Amino acid sequence: MLLVEGLCCERGRNKVLRDIDFKVVAGEVLAVLGTNGAGKSTLLASLTGELTPSAGRVELAGRALADWPPLERARRLAVLPQSSSLAFAFSVTEVVAMGRLPHASGQQQDDAIVMQAMHATDVSHLATRSYLSLSGGERQRVHLARVLSQVWDAAGQGCLLLDEPTSSLDLAHQQLILQQARDMAARGLAVIVVLHDLNLAARYADRLLLLHQGRVRSLGTPWDVLSVERIAEVFGVVVQVEKHPLQDSPLIIV
Amino acid sequence: MVAAYRFKPVITLLLLALLLVALLLSLALGPVAIPLGDTLRVLLRWFSTADLPTDQVLIIEHIRLPRTLMGILVGATLALTGAAMQGLFRNPLADPGLIGVSSGAAPGAALMIVLGSSLLSALPSFVLPYATVLGAFAGGVITTWLVYRLGQSVQGTSVASMLLAGIAIAAISGAVIGMLSYLADDAMLRTLTFWNMGSLGSANYQRVAVLALCCALVWWRLPRQAKALNALLLGESEARHLGVDVERVKRELVLLTALGVGACVAAAGLIGFVGLVVPHLVRLLLGADHRRVLPVSMLLGASLLLLADVGARLLIAPAELPLGIITALLGAPFFLALLMRAQRRGGV
Repeated sequence: MLLVEGLCCERGRNKVLRDIDFKVVAGEVLAVLGTNGAGKSTLLASLTGELTPSAGRVELAGRALADWPPLERARRLAVLPQSSSLAFAFSVTEVVAMGRLPHASGQQQDDAIVMQAMHATDVSHLATRSYLSLSGGERQRVHLARVLSQVWDAAGQGCLLLDEPTSSLDLAHQQLILQQARDMAARGLAVIVVLHDLNLAARYADRLLLLHQGRVRSLGTPWDVLSVERIAEVFGVVVQVEKHPLQDSPLIIV
Repeated sequence: MVAAYRFKPVITLLLLALLLVALLLSLALGPVAIPLGDTLRVLLRWFSTADLPTDQVLIIEHIRLPRTLMGILVGATLALTGAAMQGLFRNPLADPGLIGVSSGAAPGAALMIVLGSSLLSALPSFVLPYATVLGAFAGGVITTWLVYRLGQSVQGTSVASMLLAGIAIAAISGAVIGMLSYLADDAMLRTLTFWNMGSLGSANYQRVAVLALCCALVWWRLPRQAKALNALLLGESEARHLGVDVERVKRELVLLTALGVGACVAAAGLIGFVGLVVPHLVRLLLGADHRRVLPVSMLLGASLLLLADVGARLLIAPAELPLGIITALLGAPFFLALLMRAQRRGGV
């Protein structure tokens, strides 16, 4: 669904990313991990087409990212930014409905999708509230509903990029958002999520991509990637890795 | 505000009624008050054969009707471009007057008025009224682009940079107009002075026609960008992710805003705060969606400017206050109040 081959990126003179190869298919959640400055934001920017790679290629649904007409690409690729600077008093429903902008599916279908997306991220009760009156966590969920509605009907060929979606959320809503990412994968989307929390990544992602100094340090299942030695090497922290008592995923104890 | 959402059609109808009332008042009131009934009969004269005093017909047809038409065009266009500019800058406090677009357009127009006849002597004389608009347009484009580049930052646009740019541009504009005033003859001098205060007093059908031509283009193209403006409020990257061709939209917005503001400045001088106050009121009434804000701002902008102009004619009758003074007296405190509220909420 989303294919990255030999990707290199430069910012100024610095080579920020080198020889990145990976692939995310429909139905899969890939978590991108790494320390601050490892190149996560640069990777995300090159996956959204905002940054032109200096070498290598990014393909969305079998077609080079740059070759997609903007509207058609927007119907298949949605991006949730870390934060948004919206300073106008839109209602919550209006913000979520902006996700339907690239579509020409008609008011009725748009409304239905917007309702479902708001229900999925638990913001239905805020529908008529002004966006400006919401808390940081509520705003984040509203934007998630917006990007969900953008690729709601793109099952099988869509891709969802989430940039640290849980950073301003409480415990319950962190789980809710990542469960939603899983559900969207189950509906046939390829999901890439940048995360800081290793345990959340281990619990919700099928595969992890560990970036270190601009290169792929490790790519594989949570059990493959999250070893004691590798975490010590990349993050500089000595941890214990146990089996999660309730499910088959590693549990990292600092 | 939520309750207000339910009354959207009613609010729009009320604003339409307000425009009709303002239009009639603008035709009927002035140093010579004409009864409303007579005003209506002058307007409907083509359908009836009623005998009307010729002086009333003259006043309405040759003075107040072009003036009213110009008021509608200027008010609606300033409010529309103000709303668009706030969307483009992602900041509800942007106003063409405050950030220097109007004062950037003024020297362009002034240059054409004072030097145009010698600069463009090779061209036929009917080009001249358009030359003023073109000069204002060029000044407007340059300043809009400049302010946009200066004010841009990662978090959107900084009001501080925008306002500072506005101050600098107003200073340059004042210097250029001051310099031109030494080259100008008496008639030109009068025109220059009237610009700095803004007035509809110079309205005639020729000016209205030139203005209407420019405004028609702006009214036709700008509202089509409503959805793109909504997306742009999320941030430029977000708009791009939604499939908006951000560069093209920005270019079109800057050009249309400069054309609209430039044409208004060329016709009526510097009339401030309409573009700030009107979209703000509309957002309070109807929410922030540009698909509603843009057209309804035009309605309310036209009405408020007509009413302010009636005030300008009546307050010290038979003399006349410059319209720009009235809009500044009403708009500037409004702006200060907004600024204080924004500061209380933590940052502009």
